[in-house]
Amino acid sequence: MIDALIQLLGRENVLTEPEDLIPYSFDATAVLKQMPRAVVFAHSAAEVSGVLKIARLHRTPVVARGSGTGLSGGSVPVKDSLVLCLVKMDRILEVDERNFTLRAQAGVLTQAIYDAADAAGLFYPPDPGSMKVSTIGGNVAENSGGLRGLKYGVTRDYVMGLEVVLAGGEICSLGNKCVKDVAGYSLKDLFVGSEGTLGIITEVLLRLVPRPQVRQTLLATFERMDAAAETVSAIIAARIVPCTLEFLDSRTIRCVEDYTHAGLPVGAEALLLIEVDGHPAAVRDDAARIEELCFRHGATSVRLAANAAEAARLAAARRSAFSALARMKPTTILEDATVPRTELAAMIRFIQETGAKHRLEIATFGHFGDGNLHPTFLTNERDADEMHRVELAMKEIFAKALSLGGTITGEHGVGLAKKAFLRDQLGDASLALLRQVKRTLDPENLLNPGKIFDL
Amino acid sequence: MSGPTTLLKALDYSVLQQCMHCGLCLPTCPTYLETGNERNSPRGRISLMRAIADDALGPTRGFAEEMDYCLGCLACTTACPAGVDYATLFETARAEAEKSGARSTPTRSLIRFFTLGILLKRPWALRLAARMLRFYEQSRLRPLVRKSGVFSILPRRWGEWERQAIPIRSRFSDSLIAPVEKPAGFARRRVAVLTGCIQDISFSDVNRATVDVLVANGCEVSTPRNQPCCGSLHAHNGDLESARELARRQIDALDPANLDAIISNSAGCGSHLKRYGHLLSDDPAYADRAAAWSLKVRDISEWLVDIGFRKPDAPSHGAKSVAVTYHEACHLCHGQKITAQPREILKAIPGYELRECPEATMCCGSAGVYSLTQPETAAWLRDRKIAHLLSAGADIVATANPGCQLQIELGFRRSEAEAPKAPRVAHPVVLLAEAYRSETQVPLQKP
Repeated sequence: MIDALIQLLGRENVLTEPEDLIPYSFDATAVLKQMPRAVVFAHSAAEVSGVLKIARLHRTPVVARGSGTGLSGGSVPVKDSLVLCLVKMDRILEVDERNFTLRAQAGVLTQAIYDAADAAGLFYPPDPGSMKVSTIGGNVAENSGGLRGLKYGVTRDYVMGLEVVLAGGEICSLGNKCVKDVAGYSLKDLFVGSEGTLGIITEVLLRLVPRPQVRQTLLATFERMDAAAETVSAIIAARIVPCTLEFLDSRTIRCVEDYTHAGLPVGAEALLLIEVDGHPAAVRDDAARIEELCFRHGATSVRLAANAAEAARLAAARRSAFSALARMKPTTILEDATVPRTELAAMIRFIQETGAKHRLEIATFGHFGDGNLHPTFLTNERDADEMHRVELAMKEIFAKALSLGGTITGEHGVGLAKKAFLRDQLGDASLALLRQVKRTLDPENLLNPGKIFDL
Repeated sequence: MSGPTTLLKALDYSVLQQCMHCGLCLPTCPTYLETGNERNSPRGRISLMRAIADDALGPTRGFAEEMDYCLGCLACTTACPAGVDYATLFETARAEAEKSGARSTPTRSLIRFFTLGILLKRPWALRLAARMLRFYEQSRLRPLVRKSGVFSILPRRWGEWERQAIPIRSRFSDSLIAPVEKPAGFARRRVAVLTGCIQDISFSDVNRATVDVLVANGCEVSTPRNQPCCGSLHAHNGDLESARELARRQIDALDPANLDAIISNSAGCGSHLKRYGHLLSDDPAYADRAAAWSLKVRDISEWLVDIGFRKPDAPSHGAKSVAVTYHEACHLCHGQKITAQPREILKAIPGYELRECPEATMCCGSAGVYSLTQPETAAWLRDRKIAHLLSAGADIVATANPGCQLQIELGFRRSEAEAPKAPRVAHPVVLLAEAYRSETQVPLQKP
């Protein structure tokens, strides 16, 4: 098999030495690790097709991978699999300024997509935390979110078309530049969030939107979590849709302050970072109303950025949250339980109680606007007893999220990390439907097998 | 597999564990940019180190080659959200690779013995070698040797080394700088200046300028004679034992008690000098002294901004307008997180306009002896750097590390075809010293 791959791709694109494979035995998910049989780099859909055919001939599983920044183990190798790495398919093929679309190969970095759109006066909104590193193919395969979900949605909302290589090696083109298109099933949507289990995404056609003219940033602090939650409800009730509505809990605030000395009130229970964007007059008006609503609902302080530099300083408190937390303990497990935003305050309180009950350090921050929370476990993978308590707490948190009408994963995907919880959310009938789809598209179960669910 | 004496295993495991493999280091790593292969990235290298600590991999030749391929530029430490101590990991891993002997050949061992073991341990030997090199560079021997065709029979690398041979000054620091120099008025602060190795033989003018600006800012400056190497090249090249020995020598030679600061003007040295406390933390006789010593170390630009350096007045005949761009030495911006201070100095000089260039914080490929050991990657980085520097359209490229200065000057010489008038390359402190000097100059009398 290795010889056939070398013949197809060239020796430099097939890695088999342990020193080459160890660095591909994990992604950004904590703890999970598995050695692959080989790592191969493809430069075109035709090469991807060739790899899948060879793999099928040898009954070898194939795990697609971009930059390996996933947080649920989606691109962690399956035992003895081929890792099919797409980072070298990194060309932006077209920016269509008249149709507001962008076509790119799967291995283009998300940041490069944003920059190319920006250079044309357009805007690609999804901004996952790893966008400087992650590839657009990986974003589509995981249906990545980001900070702008409330107003702009997630990756799925910007996918107009895909080129996908199927398990048998067929190259399919799905979707097009038409805003309206009802010819047949909307199969591109099947592949968005499919985590490499149904086909290999090799090219994407993305929708762009006009770049907002201005942006205004506010930072508000609260002594009580409920006050912050009420403020968010009030903002939404006033029919204002901020592009960003982020929050930090008390533990995160303390960690960030220890790390950045930015002058955050360490006694505060919650901190909201709010951004509105759009037409200058509307932005001014929205910002003034938000400020007033914050104070009316018990904010202890509200800071309004006077310029871009100050906006960046205010946003830094939120942006450095993960860095600040990651420094505290050897192992940092970032979760993404998500609930309807009306249930957020209850969920956050539950997480805090659960942490106390299991003697765990859990800091929570996240996207208040769309209900996507990041309870972050600060722990040590070498402490078996503590890891057991982490598992117990996680189980309880997911159960609670589901009881509130939420989901076990808002933006990281199921991969390996959430597999055990999927049935609780979907129920038997829905899970059976997922399996049926998988069996139809990948009858031999060679594409990222064992991810999302077992067959 | 490796025995229990493995250096990586002896290392506190939490240093390895601190890497959560999020991948945010990838786009900042020059070698990963070159190959797109995870093994050539910081998190990939850390995974190999961890595999050795876990007994899943031995210190193989592949491992040793990978550690040699790393520039040690520390750009990953600036990008890292988790604060991974990559400097320690890198030094330990290189020492591990050397200890294993996986890459050892007689020639390599001989070169290492001659450079790390002799030249960089004995100041007199380095200066003697430098004088011989200068004689060769200045004499008619050089064109003869080059014409003789001797490089066509030697390995190709040797000819490359000969072309890259560093230019040597006619006078070294000790003959340009008095042991103690005092400001005209009351000395507000007392400092010591470290003259370095390459800085001393190739850029003794930078050392002179350093003393000039310190004296101009009210500092009494002592410059000890015959200074030993700080050991940074040893630490970065897997010889931690020699690095510790040289650190002890340095600490013994210079008592920080009576000093307000120990000044370094070379980014690579400064970054290492600030880690003496860490380097000797297991040495009961030196741990505390080393920590105290390191706390006194300041980069010259850092110190000048700390003490509120005096902005030079425009010369009476008016300041010429000059565009300057700044290349950040890795061990200043990543190793010491000093980025604003050198710019403050440049902006303070009358007539200077600071023009930023793209990728200012990306390594130029010099990286200690990297341009000698990994010539292809070093040349790729150099060309990339030169293109970005030229795009700024500046008259001067300022940079604060001798290795960078040599590499950029070499790059400009090579690109002369495209850029017939290459910018001047200078240390910010040299430019500041010139500005102080031109303040006092009498304007030219018209005849």
